[in-house]
Amino acid sequence: MTVESGGATTTAPNTGAPAAGAPLDRPVPDTRDQAGELIQLLTPEGERIDHPDYPLELTAADLRDLYRDLVLVRRIDTEAISLQRQGELGIWASLLGQEAAQIGSGRALGPDDMVFPTYREHGVAWCRGIDPVKLLELYRGVSHGGWDPKEHRFHLYTIVIGSQTLHATGYAMGIQRDGALGGDRGEAVIVYFGDGATSQGDVNEAFVWASVFNAPVVFFCQNNQWAISEPLEKQSRIPLYQRARGFGFPGLRVDGNDVLACYAVTKKAMQAAREGQGPTFIEAFTYRMGAHTTTDDPTRYRLASELEMWKLKDPIERVRAYLVRTGQAEPEFFADVEAEASKVGADVREACRTMPDPPVLSIFDHVYAEPTAIVRAEREQYAAYLDSFEELGGERR
Amino acid sequence: MTTLALSKALNEGLRKAMENDPKVLIMGEDVGKLGGVFRITDGLQKDFGEDRVIDTPLAESGIVGTAIGLALRGYRPVCEIQFDGFVFPAVNQIVNQLAKMHYRSRGCISLPVTIRVPCGGGIGAVEHHSESPELLFAHTAGLRVVACADAADAFAMIQQSISCDDPVIFFEPKRRYWDKGEVDVASGVASALPLDRAKVALEGTEVTMLTYGPLVQTCLESAIAAREDGRSIEVIDLRSLSPLDMETIGASVRRTGRCVVAHEAPVFGGFGAEIAARVTEQYFYHLEAPVLRVGGFATPYPPSRLEEHYLPDLDRILDAVDRTLEY
Repeated sequence: MTVESGGATTTAPNTGAPAAGAPLDRPVPDTRDQAGELIQLLTPEGERIDHPDYPLELTAADLRDLYRDLVLVRRIDTEAISLQRQGELGIWASLLGQEAAQIGSGRALGPDDMVFPTYREHGVAWCRGIDPVKLLELYRGVSHGGWDPKEHRFHLYTIVIGSQTLHATGYAMGIQRDGALGGDRGEAVIVYFGDGATSQGDVNEAFVWASVFNAPVVFFCQNNQWAISEPLEKQSRIPLYQRARGFGFPGLRVDGNDVLACYAVTKKAMQAAREGQGPTFIEAFTYRMGAHTTTDDPTRYRLASELEMWKLKDPIERVRAYLVRTGQAEPEFFADVEAEASKVGADVREACRTMPDPPVLSIFDHVYAEPTAIVRAEREQYAAYLDSFEELGGERR
Repeated sequence: MTTLALSKALNEGLRKAMENDPKVLIMGEDVGKLGGVFRITDGLQKDFGEDRVIDTPLAESGIVGTAIGLALRGYRPVCEIQFDGFVFPAVNQIVNQLAKMHYRSRGCISLPVTIRVPCGGGIGAVEHHSESPELLFAHTAGLRVVACADAADAFAMIQQSISCDDPVIFFEPKRRYWDKGEVDVASGVASALPLDRAKVALEGTEVTMLTYGPLVQTCLESAIAAREDGRSIEVIDLRSLSPLDMETIGASVRRTGRCVVAHEAPVFGGFGAEIAARVTEQYFYHLEAPVLRVGGFATPYPPSRLEEHYLPDLDRILDAVDRTLEY
């Protein structure tokens, strides 16, 4: 049996029986088929192309800002991987390759919009003004989330896959009840998740809810092709964006490595949501260039040639090529961004290495609005136990 | 004072909560026009509208997950889970998300969500309609777990739960929905016993009987029957499993020296084990006998034709009383 997938041809071992789950009378579909559906405004070669539904006028300064964002978040990511290798972080989930999907969508949001991220949305966090050092707290084991979600309108990272899609949808139902739709005070919600998450019950329930209540929420799926070791074919027999139609709202596939297309598509979907037109599903077709997390070894399950192919579609290089060719940025600009990236990297490194552990007794804080008798008693007992060791002397409390 | 069935007392309590706070929402399966399968929300959608009494799609994780989102937006959702066994699809949202958000946000986020769960057996239902899953939630830090047992408490406790800034799992004794009691509907809940306190339902001197939810009535009947044999049993309705009111328990056990815990959930690894351990640790020298437990067997809930054997009844409870008095 021959399976066409992503341009590669692989032959399944001939066992004399059809592979489980792939009956012979039903061809295995190509979930990566792009047949004219991919929304793209900037090609991998850095050529600007127009799309009738997504006219986009950005100034040279806007483009340079996007480039700067892309470079800086990649540098933060690189630093974090190094910090994990040096033992400063327990783990890190890299965004390498997904910078355009995150910066494009993140910069398309309004200040009043609410964001529900996974644990990989470091680029979106950057757009929401969150200090990158705060992101490290979770991965260093210093906190479960280092920022006030209300202040940044960026919820805490959610670890259990897909759970946040329901929170986003409920939040959007709250916007409806507050009458915060339409006009100048319209608000909308964007929720991030990956290709693997689309198999979760919660995500499908969120689609049902959002559709039935016509909630102002944009489902932004970064299809990075891999759910740890499982390729998209283990999650879906059809392209993901086509699923939305079955739930009753539009689904789009955008080039997730094209920051301009991600920006334009997100901007339009969020505006539709703010105006009360309901949900949109955006599949940002991208690639996880790195490992799932720093504990993962992708060489066990995917081919180096696939990675090489995607390197040619790098989200940053195409913006650089476009800026250079059109004369919208001088060499000094690129040197300045590089210098700024080095400084941001050094700052992140320093802040991570000097980040203190939280006080021991903070274990007992914020379990309930007010501590209960049992939490209070356990806190007191443990404090007394610590005090019984002279060398600790309660210093770290 | 008004005489109300427990179900109607809940309905009145929900109505009061909605009148007092426009952010209170009700959401669940069939809670609108139908008023819920037990009619607890009867008439509320008609009076408060479809935006505040929300008939949801049929998915429990979705109910709790979207309630979390609404709470993040400043609402106070009250979720109805239709039957105890149906709460399990929502456990990820309850245990991983709802319970932990205040903690992981270091107090930045409060999720004042109340989840109402009709619980327990005794109504001849098919499987998954007679479960007692309270321990799962009592074991989860960040949740409050309460159970009402009579109409007056139903009226007050549902309002207290809704106004509480912590998430509350609110167990309703479904076979007691039709039991009537005196309720002071006119007065507010300010004078009511705080939500986290146990109450002495019947005073006694020889044995402390600890229970909650549907078995409170059974234990009261047991205590009254025991009186005829000259035995004096104190019945304590725990009302709140988490937090647990050890003061009220301790005050009683120190006097009686004997303690029996009764619940419908299986004895093995059940809430009675937690109480037995705490009573033994804290009041060891006051005890005349080991803490005894009466409850469901270490089996799944049986077919309903056999449930009278599974559920602790008057005789099984009195048998435990006899055994503790034999020491």
